[in-house]
Amino acid sequence: MVRERETPKQQQQVSYTVEQLVAVNPYNPDILPDLENYVNEQVSSQTYSLDANLCLLRLYQALMAMPAPDFSLCLFLIPERVQMEEQFKTLIVLSHYLETGRFRQFWDEAAKNRHIVEAVPGLNAGFEQAIQTYAIHVLSLTYQKIPRPVLAEAINIEGLSLDKFLEHQAANSGWILEKGHGRGQLIVLPRNEFNHPELKKSAADSVPLEHIT
Amino acid sequence: MAANYDYDEAPATYDDANRQELGYDPNFVPDSVKSFVVHLYRHIREKNVYEIHQMYEISFQTLSDRLFKDTPWPSVDAVAHYVDNDQVFCLLYREMWFRHLYARLSPTLKQRIDSWDNYCSLFQVVLHRVVNMQLPNQWLWDMVDEFVYQFQSFCQYRAKMKNKTEQEIALLRQFDQAWNVYGVLNYLQAFVEKSNIIQILEQEKEGIEQFTATDGYDYSGGSNVLKVLGYFSMVGLLRVHCLLGDYQTGLKCLLPIDINQQGVYTSVIGSHITTIYHYGFASLMMRRYVKAIREFNKMLLYIYKTKQYHQKSPQYEQILKKNEQMYALLAICLSLCPQTKLVEETVNSQLREKYGEKMARMQRYDDEAFAIYDELFSYACPKFITPSAPSFEEPLVNYNQDAYRLQLKLFLYEVKQQQLLSGVRTFLKVYSTISLGKLANYMEVDEPTLRTILFSYKHKTHAVDSDGKIISNADVDFYIDDDMIHVVESKPVKRFGDYFLRQIVK
Repeated sequence: MVRERETPKQQQQVSYTVEQLVAVNPYNPDILPDLENYVNEQVSSQTYSLDANLCLLRLYQALMAMPAPDFSLCLFLIPERVQMEEQFKTLIVLSHYLETGRFRQFWDEAAKNRHIVEAVPGLNAGFEQAIQTYAIHVLSLTYQKIPRPVLAEAINIEGLSLDKFLEHQAANSGWILEKGHGRGQLIVLPRNEFNHPELKKSAADSVPLEHIT
Repeated sequence: MAANYDYDEAPATYDDANRQELGYDPNFVPDSVKSFVVHLYRHIREKNVYEIHQMYEISFQTLSDRLFKDTPWPSVDAVAHYVDNDQVFCLLYREMWFRHLYARLSPTLKQRIDSWDNYCSLFQVVLHRVVNMQLPNQWLWDMVDEFVYQFQSFCQYRAKMKNKTEQEIALLRQFDQAWNVYGVLNYLQAFVEKSNIIQILEQEKEGIEQFTATDGYDYSGGSNVLKVLGYFSMVGLLRVHCLLGDYQTGLKCLLPIDINQQGVYTSVIGSHITTIYHYGFASLMMRRYVKAIREFNKMLLYIYKTKQYHQKSPQYEQILKKNEQMYALLAICLSLCPQTKLVEETVNSQLREKYGEKMARMQRYDDEAFAIYDELFSYACPKFITPSAPSFEEPLVNYNQDAYRLQLKLFLYEVKQQQLLSGVRTFLKVYSTISLGKLANYMEVDEPTLRTILFSYKHKTHAVDSDGKIISNADVDFYIDDDMIHVVESKPVKRFGDYFLRQIVK
């Protein structure tokens, strides 16, 4: 049976899920030698550094996918010994800050480690934006009206840039800018079922079918 | 029946093979065994599924208990001539032979490798030849289940390098393809694809195919073997991926099976439990707590109602074990994600009895709490494996615990991140509105810290489901207006649903 040969570049052989490799080559025992390299790489520390970049890339992507739990799902698959390496430790710290709502600490730490972000080839330039989106997601779950300083800290935008940002959101995403009680600006976030309980469809009234049949 | 998952093999050395054979003559075939294989062979040829099932489930066990308590069955070579040297029957016999060995004795490395070879031969036949058999679902499930079990067992055995003899190391090096993770996944995937089971299930929904309605059996003269093996392989894949820590892929493999309905997976109790146990566990690790709670609840209730019917079966012990493990997992889920309406009365009272006290302590989130989370997780989790081959460089180490330690560590890490949520929950239950300043005071933190706690609470209680939607599983919720927290009880004002139900029943 003829199958396509994977290019010898290690980076392309590394796959997040084994499923993908097997799916391409169904029930073909010949794939075993190819894939074995992948497995052996994980154990032999000398060659692991070739895969480290790809692993880091995946972790960054997982971070950008928040609130989805992709980051922790990746960690389940990376050997502990590798997770103790400097760059991985940094990413784990960053993830921890985001998971526990510590946005200020996140931005501080990310700024200190800018060189890591820039060193990973292929990393989407939208990293910062993705994290800001996540921050806004959390804020939208939490706040009906949010004070400007709290917002600023969470998305790491200040001053004139923040003004511009707010104008854009007001024009396109339904944000409303209010004056606060002498304490500065309040921003009214869009209504959803999480920050406006009255919008929640009453879950209690949806009776599962098995209770009736 | 797949061997007890907890089977902790004593270090099997190369010499064990000889030790086992003392007092065991592989060529001696008692009359009852001759009769057994002759009849089983005939029933398989005549496609008498019911009789096959009786012999497989009952006769085999009875004979094992009576004659082969701690020795293997006669070798396949000794019985082959009673069954026309039928290749397929011999492969099936060997499959049972090895399963019995794993259950009652300690397999040697050579035996493990031979068993792998046997599975390869058997599976190749099913995949590449037209097989004209109908086998009971119980047997077909056991094949997949045992296949995965032996893989798990091999990985754990192989990872204990410290006391390996030179012969063992030589064998491991020589037969490095045996129980290779990609080989295992390959076969399971092959069954799924070659059987076309996913399309069959799809077409069944549209009424074009029949599968579930016939319990997978073929009533038009064909064979159920490939189809049902393909079906059960989806569960097998879920299990393997869980063992590897790849929960997302595991759940994806199970997708074609609708666990909200009865199906072929519920036709065998072992398959039913394995499916739900792993589905629940994977959901727990993916933080889909409500999903996990729902499924564990259903399964535990089912076991409660039906376990009496399995008292005499060889699966009984396993059923009880998995039952206990699922209670432990349920206790974990409910501690991390308190819910009031999801657990049925009977299950709840069992849960309180077994874990009531521990759950109370877990929700205190002190050092003792973490110890309990550790204990329950370790008791209930799958036997994780490291799939890669060992390094044969000195010094030889045992790395069989590595995979488990990583999963445990990451799980406790998640628990730790939820630590502060418990405190917030207590306060939210007491107040309908409270200012950030006041709550910060009560919790003895500054306002910025309180905000991070509230953000964290929101994030952790609002999970992302399989469709990417956000679902709240908070039993107590809130929103903030400027600096004022407004608490939202999820208690409904009136349960119209219940009222209507009662009217319908009347």
